[in-house]
This record gives sequence, C-alpha cells and structure tokens, in this order.
Amino acid sequence: MNEIEKSELLDRFAYLSERDSSDHLAVNCPADQLIEFCTVLRDEFQFDMLLDVTAIDWDVATPRFTGVYHFYSTVKQMYIRVASDCKDNIKPTLPSLVPLYSAADWHERETYDLMGIVYEGHPNLKRILMWDSYPYHPLRKDFPLAGIETPLPAEDIVGQTNLKVAAAPMMGGPFVSSGDGKMSQTEPKAKDESWNEEKGK
Amino acid sequence: MNTQTVAYDSKVEGEVIVTRADAVINWIRKNSVWPMPMGLACCAIELMAAGGSRFDISRFGMEVMRFSPRQADCMIVAGTVTYKMAEVVRRIYEQMGDPKWVVAMGACASSGGMYRSYATLQGVDRVVPVDVYISGCPPRPEALLDAMIKLQEKIKNENSVKNLLAEHPVKKIRQDAAS
Ligand code: SF4
Repeated sequence: MNEIEKSELLDRFAYLSERDSSDHLAVNCPADQLIEFCTVLRDEFQFDMLLDVTAIDWDVATPRFTGVYHFYSTVKQMYIRVASDCKDNIKPTLPSLVPLYSAADWHERETYDLMGIVYEGHPNLKRILMWDSYPYHPLRKDFPLAGIETPLPAEDIVGQTNLKVAAAPMMGGPFVSSGDGKMSQTEPKAKDESWNEEKGK
Repeated sequence: MNTQTVAYDSKVEGEVIVTRADAVINWIRKNSVWPMPMGLACCAIELMAAGGSRFDISRFGMEVMRFSPRQADCMIVAGTVTYKMAEVVRRIYEQMGDPKWVVAMGACASSGGMYRSYATLQGVDRVVPVDVYISGCPPRPEALLDAMIKLQEKIKNENSVKNLLAEHPVKKIRQDAAS
C-alpha cells in the first residue's frame, strides 16, 4: 500500500523528494508548496487527520529548522510524514495549516512557543505553554536545559516573594541513558558522577 | 508545658474550666483541618487515594476537602509546580483565611524533584511558607496521612495568641542566598 501511494505522489509532484524513514511513508516538501501539497493530500489522498506538528533544530547545520507533520488517513488507515525545511535560520517561518486542518491550531502554537517557528497565516499565534512575555524558545539546541534567569511576569508576587525564574541546579546532571544495551547497564546516570553536595557549594 | 492536658473534674472545679487560650484554640484548630487539594501532577492521584475509603483521611478529622481556598485552611500542594503555576499557587494561598498551613507533597513540590529544568519551580517553599514536606515520588497515602498527623502536632504546639498579635506574615518563605 505504501509503495503505491509513494510512487503516485512522487510522480505527480516533481518538487517532492523521498525522505529516509524506518516506518511510515515520508516525503520532503518545500515550504512554498506545502499548502498546495497538503490540500491534495487531504482532498484526494484521503489523509483526513493531522496528528502532529513539530520541528527539528539541526543546530549548526543549514537549513537549521525542519517542520515535521504527521497525517493519518482514517479511510486507508495509513500514515504519512511530511517534512519541510525553513529557509531562514534566524527567523524560521512556515505556512500555517490551520485553514486546512483545525487540529493544526494548538500544535503550531506549541511549536512556535518551544521552537520559535513562525506559522504565517495562523489566526492566533501566541505562546501556549510558557507565559506570553517569556523571551526564549526553550527546545532550541542553544537553550540550556536548566534555563536562563528571567523575571517572573507577576510584579505583585515578585514584590512579596522575591521570586524569579532561575536556572535549575543540575547537580551533575542531566541524567541520561547511555544508549542501547541491557537495561541494567543503561539506566539514566548523571553526566558528571563525581558531583556531590559538598563540591556543589 | 505544652503537654498539659485539658482536663476537667467537676468535683474539684465546679462549673468552671481553667486552661490556657493557646491550648483551647490549638485543640479546636487541630481537629478540624480543612484541606484544599492543590493537585498539579501525579502526586494528586495519591492524594485522592488518601481521601478514598481504603486509606480514609477522615479517621483523623480532616476529610472536608474544599476546592475553594476561602473555605480551606491547609493547602496540600501535590505535584510539579511550574513557574507559570507558581503565580497561581501564591494567589490562591493569599485567598485562604488565616490561620493557614501548607503541606508540600512529594519530591516535585518540595524541591522540583526530577525536573531540573527551565519550566519548573525548584520547591514550592519559594512562593508559599511550607509547614510539612513529604518525601517520595509519589509518596504513598500513608505518608500523606503521617504528614497530616505531624501537622496536627505542629498546630497543637503553636503560639496562637502570640501569633494573632504578631506582625504578619508570621511564616516566612525561603529566600535564595543569591537573591
Ligand atoms: S513527586 Fe513524582 S509523583 Fe509527585 S508530582 Fe513529582 S513526579 Fe509526580
């Protein structure tokens, strides 16, 4: 089934290219043609459900940001993954899919919030998880896991408690698994195992 | 001196009971703690279990969970407090009438727990004064019950009258050395 869809899609749209995938059908689509392609995907190929909108930050590579979409067809019961590179590394943008799939609304707001990708044509593109005045996009590669010191938005509460958003103590972390292997040997461990409370002070 | 019992012997004292104001006030307060569940993450499930028939928090006189801060006097912070929620926790705390107490339930509420990250407040004691901390991720309902009994002990030994006249707030929140 995947093969038929794949050749049909690739024959019909010259701008598509096949994308490496270990599971579902996956294609690369240029950002300019994304709306056109997704419209056909929805109306002719029966991919009627948008499951996920996310993005990848490739750090130093160019293009730095790639938007990733997962669609599902409730008719054919199959998935397709569509990836689209953002042209600009500094101000990454992609066209919004909200006019096509209303499910894109909150997904795009989340990806904007955490990755900083601006979805052009989104009806209400504001942060959904962090507060509105938060200055960073925390899932970007150059953002430290512990966070960056920022003032808390509620001034009256800052006045009473002196609270601010501070970098979290990492205490030898982050705690990560060393990768593949037996579970007993790959339990998450601190990166710096020599850390202790005395040294931390 | 706080171990004095509030005893009454009608033969000796007639119609009069002699005691200390603190003892009476604390005795009344301690046996009618009305908790407010501030359920923010997985720990709240254990909090709910503590309220159910198996663990039955009402055996200790504190089963009247109130979802309005205005009718509660003990906030049980059960779960991960994000910076975005910290503001809300503080505002709700302020809506509770005095006297009021806070229990930090679980690793997250006590110290940020496993979330050493940009989004998580590293201990709710930075926004509200915490009376009892419970360790565990999540703590079992028994641990919560134990903490509530400890809180009752604490209430029993408070200087209620002195606090009434003292400058407010009596309880202080934690301040980082740097700030
Ligand atoms: S302490 Fe553990 S169980 Fe409780 S809220 Fe945090 S992660 Fe969940």
